[in-house]
Amino acid sequence: MRIIISNSSNEPIYMQIVNQLKELILKDELKAGYALPSIRNLARELQVSVITTKRAYEELEREGFIETVQGKGSFVAAHNKEMLREKKLSIAEEKLGEAVLFAKSLGLSLDELIELLQLLYEEEE
Amino acid sequence: MENILEVINLRKNFNKFALKDISFTLPKGYIMGFIGPNGAGKSTTIKLIMNLLKKDGGQIKVFGKDHIQHEKEIKQHIGFVYDESHFYDELTLDETKKFIAPFYKSWDDHVFHKYIKIFQLPLDKKIKELSKGMKMKFSLALALSHDAKLLIMDEPTSGLDPIVRSELLDILYEIIQDEEKSVFFSTHITSDLEKVADYITFIHEGEIVLSMAKDDILDNYCIVKGGIDLLDTYNQKAFVGIRKTQYNFQGLIDCREKVQNLFKGNVIIEKPSLEDIMLYIVRGKQYA
Repeated sequence: MRIIISNSSNEPIYMQIVNQLKELILKDELKAGYALPSIRNLARELQVSVITTKRAYEELEREGFIETVQGKGSFVAAHNKEMLREKKLSIAEEKLGEAVLFAKSLGLSLDELIELLQLLYEEEE
Repeated sequence: MENILEVINLRKNFNKFALKDISFTLPKGYIMGFIGPNGAGKSTTIKLIMNLLKKDGGQIKVFGKDHIQHEKEIKQHIGFVYDESHFYDELTLDETKKFIAPFYKSWDDHVFHKYIKIFQLPLDKKIKELSKGMKMKFSLALALSHDAKLLIMDEPTSGLDPIVRSELLDILYEIIQDEEKSVFFSTHITSDLEKVADYITFIHEGEIVLSMAKDDILDNYCIVKGGIDLLDTYNQKAFVGIRKTQYNFQGLIDCREKVQNLFKGNVIIEKPSLEDIMLYIVRGKQYA
């Protein structure tokens, strides 16, 4: 598990923790059932306040990424594949949206953009 | 949530200074940083909590109990760390411990020796031979050896170098791991120690300016920088404090959302540090 906190980022610290843990879970680096450190332990390791890590876990819980069992701790939730795929899809959508916005600012046409995308897609294969 | 420390409308009048009905609460298991410039009323507040000074009004509850009615019982479970050494200079650490331990019912010699080892303190040395950092650690070792549920530290970092401060930070993280202990510390310099603080209470001229979760403070406030031509009498009022120069202005605003409405993205927005917030509030309108 790797989490890096930036104090100069504009993103609140608890969101940095949320987003990095989400990414690790989506990439399947943290598998279902993985026991996360306690909020107090994580606070110490990251040198942030307990409230910060508590908030991060609460957010992840709300979004269904982790589960907390009273007295036992927090675990990566056993999410169904469908939900996982949907979440990943929405990330892809978001990134493509950014690309479209940028292409528009350059004055690229839809056809040109599609052509570019096709090229990149085939390159990856 | 159970409160470990409640200060309600606390008042104390001196000739030239008054603590004006201050209130704040610290929930169990958390750490509160009590910050403010010199002479703001931090030490007075702490002395009132410890009943070393007589209050003129208000209420203080520790562990849910009145701090005067149940003084003896409460003090068994408070670990008090001063900025000034309150030990006898000529006694060794071991002699000092033997003198202090009998006052506490739940004194644990085993725990004491554990901390002496961790903090690398020389038991056979005299108090006067210790450095400031060592005195603070010794004070902490004593406080932790009688099962204190609340640690109250008055300016624990003043005069300490960054290395000892960072050691203290580690110690505090260690202390709060069991969810049972709470910490209340005062400081006039905003330092690395605030990383560990869950709540910040900011006192200025005997009044509480703000008392809330540190994350909420840092997320709400922002530093705004821009060209002087962007300012008008209306948007200037939104600032908690502002500093104008010939070339630009920079100021503190207490709500991120306001900035977009006021300046439409023509300004630079930065995350403030607690020190920025303290400075702008204290010097606030002075700059204008």
